[in-house]
Amino acid sequence: MKKLPDGRWIDEAPWSDDANLSALERSDMDAPNWVLVWRKFKRHKLGLISGIFLLLSYLMLPVAGFIAPYTPNERSADYLYAPPQSINLWHEGEFVGPFVYPTTATADLVNYRWTYETDTSRPMPLLFFCEGERYNLFGFIPSDTHLFCAPEGATVFLWGSDRLGRDVFSRILYGAQLSLTVGLIGITVSFALGIFFGSVAGYFGGRTDWAINRVIEILRSLPELPLWLALSAAVPSNWGPVAVFFIISIILGILDWPGLARAVRSKFLSLREEEYVRAAEMMGAKPGRVIRRHLLPNFMSHLIASATLSIPAMILGETALSFLGLGLRAPAVSWGVMLNDAQNLASIEIYPWTAIPMLPIIFVVLAFNFLGDGLRASLDPYKT
Amino acid sequence: MMFLRYAIYRFITMLLTLWVVSILIFVIINLPPGDYLSNQIAELRATGQAEGVAKAEFLRTEYALDRPIWEQYLIWVGMAPGPQGWYGLIQGNFGWSFEFDRPVSEVVGDALWLTVLVNLAAVLFVYLVALPLGVIAAARSETWVDYTAAFVGYLGLATPNFLLALILFYYGNKYFDLPIGGLMSPEYEGEPMSWDKVKSILVHLIVPTFVIGTSGAAAMMQRLRANMLDELSKPYVETARAKGLGPAKLLAKYPLRMAFNPFVADIGNLLPAMVSGSVLVSVVLGLQTIGPSLLTALKSQDQFLAGFVLMFVALLTLIGTMISDLLLVLLDPRIRYGARGS
Repeated sequence: MKKLPDGRWIDEAPWSDDANLSALERSDMDAPNWVLVWRKFKRHKLGLISGIFLLLSYLMLPVAGFIAPYTPNERSADYLYAPPQSINLWHEGEFVGPFVYPTTATADLVNYRWTYETDTSRPMPLLFFCEGERYNLFGFIPSDTHLFCAPEGATVFLWGSDRLGRDVFSRILYGAQLSLTVGLIGITVSFALGIFFGSVAGYFGGRTDWAINRVIEILRSLPELPLWLALSAAVPSNWGPVAVFFIISIILGILDWPGLARAVRSKFLSLREEEYVRAAEMMGAKPGRVIRRHLLPNFMSHLIASATLSIPAMILGETALSFLGLGLRAPAVSWGVMLNDAQNLASIEIYPWTAIPMLPIIFVVLAFNFLGDGLRASLDPYKT
Repeated sequence: MMFLRYAIYRFITMLLTLWVVSILIFVIINLPPGDYLSNQIAELRATGQAEGVAKAEFLRTEYALDRPIWEQYLIWVGMAPGPQGWYGLIQGNFGWSFEFDRPVSEVVGDALWLTVLVNLAAVLFVYLVALPLGVIAAARSETWVDYTAAFVGYLGLATPNFLLALILFYYGNKYFDLPIGGLMSPEYEGEPMSWDKVKSILVHLIVPTFVIGTSGAAAMMQRLRANMLDELSKPYVETARAKGLGPAKLLAKYPLRMAFNPFVADIGNLLPAMVSGSVLVSVVLGLQTIGPSLLTALKSQDQFLAGFVLMFVALLTLIGTMISDLLLVLLDPRIRYGARGS
């Protein structure tokens, strides 16, 4: 807007021929659905950032072993409860490149704890693409190359080391492999059950609907955690970590589906009266086909958005179970298992870095929440 | 009269639900292979203690653990005569805890009331915090008040409960001199109620209430804010404002009442989450609620204790949900009585 000398206002923006066209004729509005959704989603900055963060986190999972300087159960017996070390670039005003200062541990026999002294006179440059412990890239390619590791005679504990002298940073990267996938497997189970029962109840109605509805009500009225506890207590203790991991994620999913089923059911109740459903039925489509081809695609995107919002609950659930010792157990590494070490006040006071795994949990949960909010807002066609 | 009929109907559905829940719970606690006594018998046999075996065998028949599972269930609930006659949950017998070698009612004892107390305090906290904050966040939407409230709320949602508990305990003790652990000072345990004891319990409740309530309060606040915003954009609010109604009355007279219904109805969703949270937090903080006994019972397959605790927790949520349904009907004249729409 610009004010002319005679007091009138004038819009400086060049005249666009598109402005008078209705929405359908404008080329920028007549785009495939996903382009429209993407355009709206892009404006949701917090959701976009969260989405990118989550994408990067999941992409990191298969190559966690490469990024981590240590393997999860590699012990440095001389460095128990070592505090976090920083990576420096400058030594006494001189540029040396990334390096660490070596530390030495002494036992403080008065307070019964380890104290660490940093020797700031000897900068020790980090090694890159160096050889370390063996691990499996993508889960099956054996390799021993790490992105960076500590020089001989020093350590690189970015976030400190734990009770057994294992690197917290590396363990967080490895822990992500289980903690982040628990939510995905759980949501798959819950999605399958929720859509199946919800659509059966909504489509057929009548007695089926009544029965399924009662089950949903009962399951929703029960406190989740005690049931999770009871179900995980039923997992035999002699099963391997992988089996326990799968069964835990399935348990998390089994108790999560009622919410989803309710949403699906209420949608189906209104959609099944539409003409196109009648038409499909008259042409002889079986209920299964009508549900899968004609009804579900209608609101699949909304279901995905709500699924995104229920992943955090599962991640927190796994953490809580492992923390209580009923979820994943010791040789397996997950964020909950790691937090098990930070269970008492003493470790939070003396070794606060053992509680660091809570940071990735908070970030991931927040990111899923924001991403879900953003998706939900941009998938809603009536919102601009 | 209509209300009374609805209340009775609601009560009966609650009892039926409880019955289904009891089956579910019994199945779940019997999922792990074996039971406490057969594990013990195997252990005693392995170490060659014959007299112990005889006692355990006796207990097995005494508590009907050698019968088929459906019969065990009926005896447990009290719908069939057991070895001691009709004596199950319905008749007020909560069973025997093998782990503690005492009746379950003695093991849980005071913990039941403390559990109710902790959860009640948390629910109160949620409402007391969420109500003013939600209204203010809506009235001053997109200002720093709104953003701060949303930020704190999101943080509360995302932080695992148990960690929040540990951290708050640590800092609460360091800076505000709040007591650590437990629900009362040790000297009051087992003492009769007195004013000092009540005070001690109240001080100990601060951190647990806060921890259990935060995530619920955050969710509740967001919902109230959304509802209020919907109401505030309606023409009647505009009219009221145009006629010069003061800001407080403008908010409280109609929009708040409209936005309030979902607030009450929500307790059905809120309560299960709160009870879950209180179990976890109790374990971490060592509160004398039934949370810790549930954990030990589950770990050692002490089935009657675990079953009773689960039943109690379920009962608590079911009663809470029922009360919220009844309140909703009282508050909102538009809701029709009867089975439909529930």
